[in-house]
Amino acid sequence: MSAREEAETRRDARNTWLLSAPALVILTLAAAGPLLIMLVYSFLTPGDYGNVVWKFSTDAWVGTILSKDIFDGTYSLADAHLTIFWRSVKLSLITTLFTFIVGFPTAWFIATRTARTRTALLFLITIPFWTNLLIRTFAINQIIRNEGILNTFLIYLGVIDTPLVIIYSDFAVFLGMTYVYLPLMVLPLFAAIDRFDMKLLEAAYDLYATRLQVLRKVVFPIVRPGIVAGSILVFIPSLGAYVTPRILGGGRNMMIGNFIELQFGQGRNWPLGAALSVLLLLIVAAALVVYIRATSRETSNG
Amino acid sequence: MARREFSASRIPGFPTVAILVFVALYMPILMLVIYSFNAGDSIAIWEGFSFKWYPVAWNNEQVREVTFRSLTVATMASVIATTVATMAALGTTRRRRTGGQTFIYLMINQPLMVPEIVTAVALLIFFASIKVATGYQGLGYLIAAHSAFCIPFAYLPIRARLEGMDRTLEVAASDLYATPWQAFRHVTLPLLMPGIAAGLMLAFVTSLDDVVITLFVKSAGQDTLPTYMLAQIRRSVSAEVNAISTLLLLLTVILLTAFFLLTRKRD
Amino acid sequence: MPKENAIETRSSRKVYGAGSEAVVALDDVSIAIRKGEFFTLLGPSGCGKTTLLRLIAGFETPTSGHILLNGQDITDVPPNRRPVNTVFQSYALFPHLSVRENVGFGLQMKGRPASEIGTKVERALSMVQLGAMADRKPAQLSGGQQQRVALARALAPSPEVLLLDEPLSALDLKLRKEMQSELKRLQHELGITFIFVTHDQEEALTMSDRIGVMSSGRLLQIGSPREIYNHPVNRFVADFIGETNFIPADVHDGTATIAGDIAMQVAPDSPQGRHTIAVRPEHVRILNDPAAAPMRATVTDTTYFGTDSHVRMLLQGGTEIVARYQSEAAGGDAPTTGTDVGVSFAPGSVQVLQD
Repeated sequence: MSAREEAETRRDARNTWLLSAPALVILTLAAAGPLLIMLVYSFLTPGDYGNVVWKFSTDAWVGTILSKDIFDGTYSLADAHLTIFWRSVKLSLITTLFTFIVGFPTAWFIATRTARTRTALLFLITIPFWTNLLIRTFAINQIIRNEGILNTFLIYLGVIDTPLVIIYSDFAVFLGMTYVYLPLMVLPLFAAIDRFDMKLLEAAYDLYATRLQVLRKVVFPIVRPGIVAGSILVFIPSLGAYVTPRILGGGRNMMIGNFIELQFGQGRNWPLGAALSVLLLLIVAAALVVYIRATSRETSNG
Repeated sequence: MARREFSASRIPGFPTVAILVFVALYMPILMLVIYSFNAGDSIAIWEGFSFKWYPVAWNNEQVREVTFRSLTVATMASVIATTVATMAALGTTRRRRTGGQTFIYLMINQPLMVPEIVTAVALLIFFASIKVATGYQGLGYLIAAHSAFCIPFAYLPIRARLEGMDRTLEVAASDLYATPWQAFRHVTLPLLMPGIAAGLMLAFVTSLDDVVITLFVKSAGQDTLPTYMLAQIRRSVSAEVNAISTLLLLLTVILLTAFFLLTRKRD
Repeated sequence: MPKENAIETRSSRKVYGAGSEAVVALDDVSIAIRKGEFFTLLGPSGCGKTTLLRLIAGFETPTSGHILLNGQDITDVPPNRRPVNTVFQSYALFPHLSVRENVGFGLQMKGRPASEIGTKVERALSMVQLGAMADRKPAQLSGGQQQRVALARALAPSPEVLLLDEPLSALDLKLRKEMQSELKRLQHELGITFIFVTHDQEEALTMSDRIGVMSSGRLLQIGSPREIYNHPVNRFVADFIGETNFIPADVHDGTATIAGDIAMQVAPDSPQGRHTIAVRPEHVRILNDPAAAPMRATVTDTTYFGTDSHVRMLLQGGTEIVARYQSEAAGGDAPTTGTDVGVSFAPGSVQVLQD
């Protein structure tokens, strides 16, 4: 390379950094940087009225899964914490599975329409995706609450005479999360199915495959990146959900997100809240690694 | 009975599920909108059609205040985010790939990968120290936080637009005596405009919808429309919230339609 | 030297990438293009002709070597300060600007007054017969019309040199022929130096004052179309331009001997020793009486092309050659497969190749 070309390459690299600098500064100050401070806080001692005392302690980390007996100082598993973790993971997994079960036929249906209908249906899926999550959760709340539309309607019809208690339960949270995160499953599934060559189906039927075999042996393996992407996109926000369990789960049916918030309010245990947040971040990071592995293996094979 | 033609891509049951999904997606929102026109104050018993909840919401001093605050934050944050995202997109696309670019790309998309509650907690901790140290309690924190998580939403459509742009056009401009700045001003920027507008809209909608981060970052008395609504839903539910929701929905749909038209591929 | 060179490249070299992945796009090319000539760079895709054009335009800087305009070194002058304009292969019309704004773009960037821009744009548009389309957007024009706008846009600022990068390749055959003569006419009227890049040898032969044939980043031969066609320097040039028969031969003192004992006259300054000779199919004559000709051959295949037929034959000694047989002139149909015929080469048509 000539000196001139080297100078051009250097100028290119410098411009990349200069032009990105303002964005990087904002992201460092108001997104990525505070995550590191949070990590530091997880190793400090809680202050009496919230915030922290600058004294090193691993109590918060131990406290994420163990609880110390206040009388004899022995440790035992923190049942309450584990229940909340388990509920979060369980609800997120069920939500992911169910959004797939109803999302796949939906994505398939959209992908097999004519171009015009497809654009319209995609737009219809996208609108809820961008619509305020709070409003959508609130809409579900209005339908399933005790004096809500569903119960009023059923009582009016005479099917029941006392309201069905759906709201403030794990089921209500599951219902709400399925409702709000469904578009996140349908969109990547659609993208994968859209690239799928429908001629392969004719080939498979021609070779005596049944419908179920076609789905299992031909369709699912080929659209797998879309399935993985959709699952990750639903699983991650479900695990960190805050608004939906708060509005539909009530005070008792907490998920990790609400439990974390509690540490900064009544709990007055900022280090524990920070440690729980770091833990949640690690789980999400692990899920992302699985996702990247799964999709990159796919592309190296194809 | 009409004969059904064979189609390999048709799977029995799928259309039924799909139609049920579309109904299920829109039913709750539709009910919410319908009950915003309820004459009574119940959200379940229909007592006749009325516009009364809209003036009620409008005349509520607090609703006006939080709406104004939401719009202020969303406008500031989306303009800031779109400006820096446009610069970053210009800096990271259509260049020789370097290790730095991967880092920048990761940084920009970081808000999409980290759960909102985690970012919210981190910001609460960080801003709490700054609030103590400086004594400043203003809207700056909310605007900074919103700007940060809006950046990826603004960046993506701008980057997509840039990557789809024909590089030869800028070469042609330089051939026709345009300085690099003139080429940017007269060719690149006008062609990039739909992407920038789309990014601005997505950033605005994203900021306007945020609950979690706002809840943790705001100082006392700094409720935005969503955090105000969250508090209302917790207390008593009146059709006033339905009216506000309906207006917010309307705004989102308008902005999204504009976004859709802007980014639509021209045939 | 009375006639000044418009463009000169001196030992220009362009390497993309570095280390083991380095690709030499242009290898030590020195060329002098005269003022006011229609010069064509001809070669297959990837031969470096477009790279050379981009170096002249200033879109790329040479790895080493120099570019001169009117004797001045412009190697380090950015494209926006070179009085050289390009007609791009993809036209590169600004989609957000009208035809008028596109054509006026260069003058506007140069900071010319509006009145001057107005008249020059009108003139450029009428030159390409597009005055009526001035207010349309490029997307509303046909491919041929877009091509004309690109031409008008490059000509409007009155450049000293016009660079044309395969501008006709996207047009259909009829339109291409039309544009060829139109370009030739414009060049004649304006007296501007045209540097035209193409991979179409016929286009190069019909339009150019001189042609530079390129292959693998090297300049192989420069000459008038007639020189290039009749006296190709090597096998590549002979093969790339027109159709040619290649026959191995021993060359000594102005005589080439093929098939062991058939001798023929060649240019006295031809290279000596074992070489390949080239003969164009139209210079191969077929005689029905084998005895009356210096060479004998057996017809293996005849393909009918309307005005003429291509007769494929196996020459004595085993070399396959093709003759272009003009039925009208020869007063009969082409010989059929299996016929034994006599063959001769037109005097002065045999060219000894260097490699």
